[in-house]
Amino acid sequence: MSVLIFVEIDNGTIKKTSLEAIAYGAKIAEKTGGNATVLALGAADATELEKAGFYGANRVLHASDAKLAHENSLAYADVLAQAAAKEDSKIIILAKSGLGDAVAARAAAKLKAGIVSGVTELPEINGAFTVTRSIYTGKAFATAEIKSDVKILVIKKNAIEVDESQLSTSTAIVEAFAAALRDSDFTATVGQVEKASSELSLTEADIIVSGGRGMKGPEHWQPLLDLASALGAATGCSKPVSDLDWRPHHEHIGQTGIKVAPNIYIACGISGAIQHLAGVNGSKCIVVINKDPEAPFFKAADYGIVGDVFEILPKLTQAAKNLK
Amino acid sequence: MKILVCITNVPDTTAKISFTDNDTKLNKNGIQYIIGPYDDYALARGVELKEQFGGAVTVLHVGGAEADPQIRKALAIGADDAIRVNCDPLDSYFVASQIAHIARENSYDLILMGRESIDFNSGVVHGLVGEMLGIPSYSPVMKLDIEGSTATIAREIDGGKETLSAPLPLVLGCQEPISEWKIPNMRGIMTARTKPLLVVEPVSVDDMTVPEKYSLPAPKGACKMIPASEAETLIKLLQTEAKVL
Ligand SMILES: Cc1cc2nc3c(=O)[nH]c(=O)nc-3n(C[C@H](O)[C@H](O)[C@H](O)COP(=O)(O)OP(=O)(O)OC[C@H]3O[C@@H](n4cnc5c(N)ncnc54)[C@H](O)[C@@H]3O)c2cc1C
Ligand SMILES: Nc1ncnc2c1ncn2[C@@H]1O[C@H](COP(=O)(O)O)[C@@H](O)[C@H]1O
Repeated sequence: MSVLIFVEIDNGTIKKTSLEAIAYGAKIAEKTGGNATVLALGAADATELEKAGFYGANRVLHASDAKLAHENSLAYADVLAQAAAKEDSKIIILAKSGLGDAVAARAAAKLKAGIVSGVTELPEINGAFTVTRSIYTGKAFATAEIKSDVKILVIKKNAIEVDESQLSTSTAIVEAFAAALRDSDFTATVGQVEKASSELSLTEADIIVSGGRGMKGPEHWQPLLDLASALGAATGCSKPVSDLDWRPHHEHIGQTGIKVAPNIYIACGISGAIQHLAGVNGSKCIVVINKDPEAPFFKAADYGIVGDVFEILPKLTQAAKNLK
Repeated sequence: MKILVCITNVPDTTAKISFTDNDTKLNKNGIQYIIGPYDDYALARGVELKEQFGGAVTVLHVGGAEADPQIRKALAIGADDAIRVNCDPLDSYFVASQIAHIARENSYDLILMGRESIDFNSGVVHGLVGEMLGIPSYSPVMKLDIEGSTATIAREIDGGKETLSAPLPLVLGCQEPISEWKIPNMRGIMTARTKPLLVVEPVSVDDMTVPEKYSLPAPKGACKMIPASEAETLIKLLQTEAKVL
């Protein structure tokens, strides 16, 4: 029996949220007395995949068929189900993302597995297997028992605390995994792919600097970008900002946009409407900069500064630069 | 074109969430229910495609009679008929099994859903249904056009977007800007009253997950205010006090 962890690969390396999933799966394996096995698909260097060992994995199954190089949730789910059957895995872990949810869902239907998405902490395993997940867009939690033989957990960022200074020193053994690919998973023709590859992805970012209508216009974004670059942060925005095309749509955070869970979320000139808060309430620490002391965002914040963003941002950028 | 649109009946985004019965049930007191906002986009695009190509839009909800006003609203927006699977669904697997059952009986060209429900936020029902039916599923879809029996979609991927074309039938999880939400007009509201709403009993499904209890997050501590004149001290506080930097 092994715990199987599906990882996402970006530019040949395992994504950070997937490293968390490995640590999470390894903790369960430790409890249940099995191995932690990773499944990686597509192009990746063995030396990168070995690093799964630092997070507690024993082995990495690598399906490197060229057809798997492009993100394809249908084929990925197929390979995941094959690996689970071969390894006799009863517990499958994925990191929450559009791809993670899609792969998990299709694999669940194949394996007749109970699936819980949005898990926020380690499961309780004593006879019953119970998990807690986030519901109502972060406003509450639900605890449920998974009864099925095979269990699939899609975990949220920060579901487990990974101490980077306490990692294991042993690497994982990388083995080739020969998957049977079905033509029916490749009926779609992929056209254009627009991906800002140099940008830090919002769902992965530890720090996000985000701007609202208070930033006044796209031509005023530089101070925000400067702070983001000084902090090594990703940038986000409120919905009206992307609706107005001040910033690209994929930066839009909130109930109808992306949900993020960074360590630090810095909101600049965002009022803090409930629909925006729905996308950020998983953040560890929220900083709000707004000239209106009555802005609702302050109620959800850990640190607040009342003032003009254009005066405050350069000061923060300078202080961030001085840190280094 | 036969289109199925699956809608949820969820508390309005601004609803204050609390629980009763020893934290085993949502306190529905004072909560206003709405069609899931993403489902609303799916519905709007479904109705547009029907207007473009002819055919029919069926709305489907898996749940109790309390959703009927929202189902009627979907009919007023332009769906032709509705099906409600009468039950108190336990989890995504159960819901997906019901949707797949209805879909097998009626063979739709397109099954449109929201990218996620805003009560359980799972984002998995479309994938489950797609696999149960043995057809592709894609989400989140921001643009959808049909030509003949091929759909061209633009969907969001991590840090960008991708376009792809795929043969029908498909299951799609929708989000803006696929369409604009539609508001029912007077004529729509009048005709919705007489449009068919079929209530059926669920097919049986093994219990995959069983809910135990609900809880609320720990209350947020007070916000620490930093004078604008000392803004730069924030960075130190993030490092030494909050220990997040
Ligand atoms: C169904 C639905 C879904 C929605 N989904 C989302 C979503 O996913 N994400 C989202 O963000 N919104 C969403 N919204 C919109 C949301 O309700 C708000 O309208 C939106 O978040 C407001 O954006 P904002 O804070 O940038 O703008 P505003 O509300 O206009 O706020 C601007 C803020 O900037 C401050 N400000 C102005 N100038 C300065 C300055 N010089 N220095 C400092 N501060 C300044 C102002 O005091 C104000 O608080 C949704 C709405 C609905 C109805
Ligand atoms: N009870 C339900 N009845 C009908 N459709 C549903 C139901 N639950 C979920 N869906 C559909 O599946 C989508 C994704 O839901 P979820 O996987 O719960 O996030 C929703 O946006 C709906 O379109």
